[in-house]
Amino acid sequence: MARRISFLLNGELVEMEVEDHWTLLHLLREELGLTGTKEGCGSGECGACTVLVDGMAVNSCLFLAADLDGKEVLTIEGLAAPDGTLHPLQRAFIENGAIQCGFCTPGMILSAKALLDENPNPTEEEIRHALAGNLCRCTGYLQIFRAVADAARRISQEPIEVFPRRTD
Amino acid sequence: MEELCVVGKPIPKLDAVDKATGRALYIHDIRIPGMLYGKILYSKYPHARIAHIDVSKAKKLPGVRAVLTAQDIPPFKFGFYKDNTPLKGGKVRSYRDEVAAVAAIDPDIAQEALDLIQVHYEALPAVFDPEEAMKEGAPLVHEENRSNILKLPWKMHFGDVEEARRKAKYVVEDRLRVTWVTHCCMATSGCIAMFDASQNLTVYSNTQIPSLAQRDYLEALEAMGLKGKRVRIIKACIGGAFGSKLDTYPYEYIAILLAHATGKPVRIVFDRKEEFVATSGRQPAIIDISQGCDENGRLLFRDVRMILDNGAYTSWGATTPSVMMMPISSLYRVPNVRYEAICVYTNNTYSQAMRGYGNPQATFAIESSMDRLAQEMGMDRVEFRLLNANGPGEVTPQGFRITTCGLKECIEEVRRRLDWGGPKEKGEGVGIACLIHVGGGARVYKSDGCGTIMKMDDFGKVDVFTGATDMGQGADTVIAQVVAEELGVRIEDVKVIHTDTDVCPWDVGAHASRTTFVACNSALGAARKIKERLLELASRQMGEPPEMLSIKDGEVFCKDAPEKRLEIGKILRKAHFSQGGQMLMADFFYDPANENLDKSFRGNLSMTYTFGAHGVRVKVDEETGKVKVLKYVAAHDVGRAINPLLLEGQVYGGALMGIGYALTEQLILEKGEVMNPNFRDYKILTAKDAVPIETYIVETMDKDGPFGAKGIGEPGCVPTAPAIANAIWDAVGVRLRELPMTPERVLAAIKEKRANSG
Repeated sequence: MARRISFLLNGELVEMEVEDHWTLLHLLREELGLTGTKEGCGSGECGACTVLVDGMAVNSCLFLAADLDGKEVLTIEGLAAPDGTLHPLQRAFIENGAIQCGFCTPGMILSAKALLDENPNPTEEEIRHALAGNLCRCTGYLQIFRAVADAARRISQEPIEVFPRRTD
Repeated sequence: MEELCVVGKPIPKLDAVDKATGRALYIHDIRIPGMLYGKILYSKYPHARIAHIDVSKAKKLPGVRAVLTAQDIPPFKFGFYKDNTPLKGGKVRSYRDEVAAVAAIDPDIAQEALDLIQVHYEALPAVFDPEEAMKEGAPLVHEENRSNILKLPWKMHFGDVEEARRKAKYVVEDRLRVTWVTHCCMATSGCIAMFDASQNLTVYSNTQIPSLAQRDYLEALEAMGLKGKRVRIIKACIGGAFGSKLDTYPYEYIAILLAHATGKPVRIVFDRKEEFVATSGRQPAIIDISQGCDENGRLLFRDVRMILDNGAYTSWGATTPSVMMMPISSLYRVPNVRYEAICVYTNNTYSQAMRGYGNPQATFAIESSMDRLAQEMGMDRVEFRLLNANGPGEVTPQGFRITTCGLKECIEEVRRRLDWGGPKEKGEGVGIACLIHVGGGARVYKSDGCGTIMKMDDFGKVDVFTGATDMGQGADTVIAQVVAEELGVRIEDVKVIHTDTDVCPWDVGAHASRTTFVACNSALGAARKIKERLLELASRQMGEPPEMLSIKDGEVFCKDAPEKRLEIGKILRKAHFSQGGQMLMADFFYDPANENLDKSFRGNLSMTYTFGAHGVRVKVDEETGKVKVLKYVAAHDVGRAINPLLLEGQVYGGALMGIGYALTEQLILEKGEVMNPNFRDYKILTAKDAVPIETYIVETMDKDGPFGAKGIGEPGCVPTAPAIANAIWDAVGVRLRELPMTPERVLAAIKEKRANSG
């Protein structure tokens, strides 16, 4: 069955029909052409498909598209500023060598964003905890931890607009 | 020393911005108009006759465009031993055997069609243990071979091992076991195959071996009656490889066959379960090793025998003994060495190349045995290694000519940082293990070459068309760095194109940690040609002899009058837009002067060898058997760090993969069936498990390396498992001889020790 939903996608209002069985991952990649969100396992084990829904990091492969109605979604395509200026997390990942094959990167960055939005000054243990659901096979994670800590420093020095977290 | 502007700098990976913004396109992200979705039906048995296949219902399903079985395709075989076929006819030999394939307009219909295919099997007795498979009367995996033992030449003997064994004062013998592990690339495998109107083939691929895959596909086309056609391989962004994409797999041929049958582009992309079940990982081995030394601790001999589980078909896994020979003959100075390996067919999945290519398995045995020997003679384990360590100028029994060698420095640094001999808490222990690997290419084929084509445009921008493959390790970036350095331009002015066999020259592939060494030397060769011609042009325009000119930051300047300078773009535009105009283009093919191994397996396989030592401090919980890594030091001789940022990433990633190999990773096969084809049950290490790895980089400036560099792609995962096994022994006095060293196994060893001492 199909139903009509409306939601904010990377700051823009989307109204569309979705099938009940579509996942958010399917909606983004196959229906909307936003291939920045990756599918690594399709069963919520690897975190490659992580996006933010109302500021919370979710595995989009496990999230039903129909449940998006009235919510807002941030994907990797929406993270940089409209003028192309990279988010501090993106810059920090690039400059700290946190990206090799890059397949885990979009999900990793969005999990890190959810963390920093809630906890702007995390310890390394808190960073590890926040990224525990995002697997990476290339980097050994250490440069990723450095990147997140570096981004936290950058954000504290140059405040940027963040998606407000819904409280209801 | 000459000051370098780009080489040696921590330059971020060139495609990192695309990857951080979701722009990078992987095979999963590419859509071709009219594209169909292919899916594969796998066997339900590990060994069975295929009595009958009924595809009629599948063919009738609306949206299905083709259904293929072995009957529908031309007979052809591929793989190292030519024992594999795209679709299996007659019988299946493993659970991953491809029995039928469909192409449909969407993936759901393709799946539904698979479910409609009826296959009747007659089960056959199967064999899963290589030692059982070797016995007389064991079920034959390939009847035509009359034996499950592959006819492969893996035997070497230098010196006289038996004589040395008699002379040795101390001798230790061990049997060790290593098991199936797999690459776990974060992106699953896949490809898109399509034919043009003239039946030329294009494959969107994530291969590590574009030139060799091209040749493999050409053979397939020939078998399909398409002789003399062209094959173009376009590489998507590769989401991890680690050796997994070093061979061509059945699914690629199936995509080609489906594309040919339908006249449409056909995409096959694996799901995660298929990735675990139907790709080929590291080969398991049963390893018998003995080593002996004299009364002073000098190694006298090393004797190794192995039985390798080949699985049901033969890919590069069967050739890993040729690389295992390297540490067996040449890690430490050991005058008498013998090695024999037997590869045995079983009804298990089959094995392939994986980071280190046999070296981690062999080094686990050698370095575990080294610790035992030091213990046997009562010598400090580090002193024992230093006494026997390789050094520059040495020629090993296998004929490897060691040029630069920073092994002793690596060992000493590890000792210092681990506080070797310092105080330890109860349950704590330290361990060390070393490595040798090829660092200057490896002549495993007749050519170890890599081609480069280079052009410089009217604005001084450089395009480098390289045969090399970037799969995340940073080949694109280090090639750009050496070119920028040589030409005196900014790194932003260099673009490296490595994705299309229509424009990129030949390369043997991204294996053997060879890309930095071979591809950068190739790029340097082309850059030197461009530079020479650029300086000639500048010389004419500036009225100075070429030898008095230099290039920096995109400008040519006069060495003794630096204010006299001309922008490269200006020089090139003037040369271009004049009568008899010129543009700068160059090509170079670099084939290192390394040697194929001869029939006795002697030869200088690589231009240079890379060395390293890993040290680890662990704490073993004696109640649970859990091993916690407290400190990890990875010291590597890399020749020169062309890019310290990417280099660290290779070491961290390799070492963590190695720690997984040591402690947690295991593809569990139960009568040939993979029991843990998911990330819940196959445990790669997570952010929570990540170990703080300290790197120590020794720069030995190899004379043949590009700016002195050696390869570093694989070494990080080579000595990890034995370093940890040696630390566990130091901590609780038990010797783990089987990987992975899970809490269950550690606890069992502790209990056994208690029982024996009680």
